[in-house]
Amino acid sequence: MSNCDETLEELQRFLDKELPDGMLQSIQTHLGSCTDCLQAFEFHAELRTVIARKVLAEEMPEGLMDKIRSCFGDELTEDMP
Amino acid sequence: MAQREEFVEQAMQYASHLYPVALRMTRNRADAEDLVQETYLKAWRSFATFHEDTNLRAWLFRIMTNTFINNYRAKQRRPDEEGLEEVEDLYLYKRLNTFDQSRMSASAEDQMMDLFPDEDIRAALEELPEVFGLPVLLADVEGFSYKEIADILDVPIGTVMSRLSRGRKAMHKSLYEYAVRRGLTQPPAGIAGTTQSTTN
Repeated sequence: MSNCDETLEELQRFLDKELPDGMLQSIQTHLGSCTDCLQAFEFHAELRTVIARKVLAEEMPEGLMDKIRSCFGDELTEDMP
Repeated sequence: MAQREEFVEQAMQYASHLYPVALRMTRNRADAEDLVQETYLKAWRSFATFHEDTNLRAWLFRIMTNTFINNYRAKQRRPDEEGLEEVEDLYLYKRLNTFDQSRMSASAEDQMMDLFPDEDIRAALEELPEVFGLPVLLADVEGFSYKEIADILDVPIGTVMSRLSRGRKAMHKSLYEYAVRRGLTQPPAGIAGTTQSTTN
């Protein structure tokens, strides 16, 4: 089982789902018994969700889908503008 | 032909992901629209080189990122790598946790949605120098793996990890500073000597 410093050190790789299995279990075990670390992890997970939601909430301009559709049409052989 | 139609249909589904990221890259709607269209034009022209087992979303983002770097970067003046200061670990969390315990303790996404308004998120992302901003967008908004981001940006995985770390910390610091300016939390200097929550 990891201690707090080791756990917080891996916060980024944990949230990015990039931790190797053995390490992941060690971190999860620690988080199961340490509310301080768990709170820090939850905070960053939620922050990331909020950032993604807000960025992706941006609506596409009207007409853009039509313009995109036209990219697949006759323009195929034309040079880039 | 059926294969082509399938490609077009699938590629178009990612427009709702490409556009918002393009907007954060270019920082204006006209350029973002152009960037997305150029991405699709190039994707279609490169259709012959597209393999079925390639991740289409990652492939489109690679085209868009390269197009952005080649065509749009020159138009923009962003601070370079040296312009990004080092920020301590857990910068935002420690401050919000210490000075706004009551607000954060519930740890509800809805509260965070309010705490960081859209314009703060937008500004914090756009302030990042591009070498940091692109990995952060690709990871935090699109959820690409380190390997995918390394392929998209043509940099080693270790570089992706360190840029993500620095970029995120800088972004979190900006978010904190915006929150302070909005009066949502008190800066540390204002309540020296107080280490715990300021509830009532």
